[in-house]
Amino acid sequence: MLSYFSNPQRFDQLARTLIPIFAVLALGLLAVGVYLSFFASPPDYQQGETIRIMYVHVPAAYMAMALYAALAAASFVYFVWRHALADAAAEVIAPIGAVFTVLALFTGSLWGKPMWGAWWEWDARMTSVLVLLLVYLGYMALRAALEDAQQAARTGAILAMAGIINLVIVKFSVDWWSSLHQPASVIRLDGPTIHSSQLWPLAIMALGYSFLAGWLILYRLRSQALRRRVRTLQRQREQAARAREEAVS
Amino acid sequence: MNAFLDMGGYAAFVWPTWGLSFAALAGLVVHAVLERRAAQTALRRLEEDEA
Repeated sequence: MLSYFSNPQRFDQLARTLIPIFAVLALGLLAVGVYLSFFASPPDYQQGETIRIMYVHVPAAYMAMALYAALAAASFVYFVWRHALADAAAEVIAPIGAVFTVLALFTGSLWGKPMWGAWWEWDARMTSVLVLLLVYLGYMALRAALEDAQQAARTGAILAMAGIINLVIVKFSVDWWSSLHQPASVIRLDGPTIHSSQLWPLAIMALGYSFLAGWLILYRLRSQALRRRVRTLQRQREQAARAREEAVS
Repeated sequence: MNAFLDMGGYAAFVWPTWGLSFAALAGLVVHAVLERRAAQTALRRLEEDEA
């Protein structure tokens, strides 16, 4: 199926169908999520009203990690099969993932201050998420610095795949080291350990974030295709102009 | 209403968190739309030159 949709025309058709669907799902889920987060969930018995920070902090952190996994997967597909679409996806995903990582860090900080008494602590979870942001930024800087598009794609893919190790560290940092950050309470082998009145708003918000990210990726991939066409046309024109000059001289 | 806005005394942390999140998500969407428009304009200009 993947190779079926790696055809640019077919992919464009699929994206055109999915983009409005994702837009409606994202808006609907986020609207319901905001309602549940503020009006249909109780304050936490320990954390009081700051629990409402969780409903945007956790989805942002989850997207930061999921998008990095997607970036690494797309890079792997490009590296092995040389699909141009996989490289385009990697290029488009990176800045979106970086924004979600920034969001996770800032919302975490705004939650840490009232609950832990510190905006920031150099512990394993926070430091590894900061490294995740640096990997995203490094990836983007590397691509921007290399002039040759193919070289940028290939070198970027290697960096993105190597960076997956940090993703593992982010996930297990709360188990391997003692951290201010609480351990996993949603994605764990024995099931979620938070009450359904808090799990629902969190799940709906996370789903809304996911569809929004999906919308952003597909929408930007279509723009990317336009930009690549612009570049091809420009190159053709430059070549034609050069050929004309040579014919004259 | 005031009790709601006060967020149990944590208003200074809850509202900036949500405001920041909304701003970032809206910013991503606006950026994506502007990026698409710029690409469309660039392509149209090139194709007009052709004709």
